[in-house]
Amino acid sequence: MFEKTIEKWLRESATFPLPVIADIQRAARTGIYDIRGFGAKRHMPTFDDLVFLGASMSRYPLEGYRERCDTSVTLGTRYAKKPIELKIPITIAGMSFGALSAPAKEALGRGASEVGTSTTTGDGGMTPEERGHSDKLVYQILPSRYGMNPDDLRKADAIEVVVGQGAKPGGGGMLLGQKISKRVAEMRDLPEGIDQRSACRHPDWTGPDDLAIKIQELREITDWEKPVYIKVGATRTYYDTMLAVKAGADVIVVDGMQGGTAATQEVFIEHVGIPTLPAVRLAVQALKEMDMHRKVQLIVSGGIRSGADVAKALALGADAVSIGVAALIALGDNSPEYEEEYRKLGTSAGYYDDYQDGKDPAGISTQSDELAAKFDPIKGGRRLANYLRVLTLETQTLARACGKSHVHNLEPEDLVALTIEASAMAKVPLAGTDWIPGNN
Amino acid sequence: MATHNIDLEKTSVRDINQALHELNGTEDRSEWRITNSKGRHAIAVGIDAPLSVNIEGHVGYYCAGMNKHATVTVNGNCGPGVAENMMSGMVRVTGSASQYAGATAHGGLLIIEGDASSRCGISMKGVDIVVNGSVGHMSAFMAQSGRLVICGDAGDALGDSLYEARIYVRGKVVGLGADCIEKPIEDKHRAELKQLLDKAGITDCDAAEFRRYGSARKLYNFNIDNMDAY
Ligand SMILES: Cc1cc2nc3c(=O)[nH]c(=O)nc-3n(C[C@H](O)[C@H](O)[C@H](O)COP(=O)(O)O)c2cc1C
Repeated sequence: MFEKTIEKWLRESATFPLPVIADIQRAARTGIYDIRGFGAKRHMPTFDDLVFLGASMSRYPLEGYRERCDTSVTLGTRYAKKPIELKIPITIAGMSFGALSAPAKEALGRGASEVGTSTTTGDGGMTPEERGHSDKLVYQILPSRYGMNPDDLRKADAIEVVVGQGAKPGGGGMLLGQKISKRVAEMRDLPEGIDQRSACRHPDWTGPDDLAIKIQELREITDWEKPVYIKVGATRTYYDTMLAVKAGADVIVVDGMQGGTAATQEVFIEHVGIPTLPAVRLAVQALKEMDMHRKVQLIVSGGIRSGADVAKALALGADAVSIGVAALIALGDNSPEYEEEYRKLGTSAGYYDDYQDGKDPAGISTQSDELAAKFDPIKGGRRLANYLRVLTLETQTLARACGKSHVHNLEPEDLVALTIEASAMAKVPLAGTDWIPGNN
Repeated sequence: MATHNIDLEKTSVRDINQALHELNGTEDRSEWRITNSKGRHAIAVGIDAPLSVNIEGHVGYYCAGMNKHATVTVNGNCGPGVAENMMSGMVRVTGSASQYAGATAHGGLLIIEGDASSRCGISMKGVDIVVNGSVGHMSAFMAQSGRLVICGDAGDALGDSLYEARIYVRGKVVGLGADCIEKPIEDKHRAELKQLLDKAGITDCDAAEFRRYGSARKLYNFNIDNMDAY
């Protein structure tokens, strides 16, 4: 029947392409907006739009596998008595217990610890599994303060005050009732099975001046031992960075708009915030203008997938990066081995983004004991460690090619941009020119 | 038992907090008297021992924050966030308290003999708060559990987006927030109220004079029919 009607070219509308039509139909059918996990799926300028120049007549490369290229990083040197020493500049981002299963959190700890890096709690508090298997654990203080308590605060190696997240700057969270198991409910002091809102504003401070005093309190409680990070979603990054420095941060975490989430409205994920690429540059610019670059460390996240992304973030001036979705994929998320189950959920390996749903066949973004039992934290941890090693090796490869004996010696001068947009955002010249849009 | 006397003009907040933390995890019941507080922030935070701390004067932000087991008395007024995230023990303020008093606190008892400003008991998670005076707007916002007793009046949007916390008000309520409703007060409620008033040492309020407020539980699970409330 279909073929019969094709007597003329079927032209898809640029304004109403098929996915847009499907969205309207879904909205009309359900009366509710789409909530999902994962990060932004739209195209945007990324680190892919930059390339390294590599060594040449005027630059010496380092010998691969022979000449050392260091990857260590120390975070929290500004005020903390006990800064965090990491072997690699790639950390695991905060992902809540609640969003993720207990064995998935354990695997993140195992993988990170195996290669000498840190992992981070999330909304919902610290679990013993996670603390027990993470050599270095960053404890998040979020607006909800679910599970927040001074004992866990003292057990942490660093404290991260979450102001915002790249996937939803200015938004709170919602853990849907189907993921509120007895254990999650108890940790959050709420009844089982109800939707849990995570507030979008902190309950006991407003604005950077208050935050400075809040941080003073956290330092007093923990005797000034622990680095205090401030995490912001990338928006007004230049000013946010300056205000975070003023508020007394040891470390600033800037999360770009493509950063992952466990459950956010699609409209929020795709339409709020700026990409990671301009955010790194803005944060570094602010730090340099305040003479705080490398004194207050900068962690960048949002869409980091490869050693190339890591190396480019560092070259633009970040001290470290953080990964969320990529770490979950390394654990086994979206693996083809679950294709049959994904099909039953109306999706397919490589497309699964319903972290909010709790039905994850990989046992990662779920609170169902049955599904979580399918996930092996030891194997998952090993896969994550493998992946982190590859990221590190790739980063070193690029750094050596640019002649750097430490990955932190990478610099903007090593980069050029392939597109005018990326050039304007990263403030590195368009390849083959000495032109940076916006610079005189 | 000897009282430790600390003058904050001579000893820093850092040093007094460090000295108090040396006793964390012990059963030490010693008494500490802190003078010249002069609105300083983060005094007596992070204690984890049944100490008795008396602060003579006004304090700034977050006094007695995250307290466990200690009894902290402020003979004066408090800045924002007094007893924030308290786990246990007791904090008493003889004057009035600024915003977010008892924010996110999990346990223990917070007594404010004067008034409390806006957002008193915001996101409270199990603490009991007794305010002898009135509270400002948005008090008990998103309050999860515990009890908030207000002997005076309450400002606008009381108990907005409330979960399982129980609110008792003796005076007028300017307005209730989303999903907060008045509920019948039964004998068991009067009994718990009387117990809280007794614990707080408030003798001139009769439990019979209070009204009870709680969650209508209509916003517990997202439902498009509640659109107007979102
Ligand atoms: C499943 C999941 C749960 C998350 N939970 C939190 C959280 O509790 N707190 C937070 O600050 N960020 C949370 N995030 C965001 C991450 O910390 C991080 O900013 C983001 O994932 C980085 O981008 P990437 O996923 O592209 O690497 C979560 C992300 C995911 C994927």
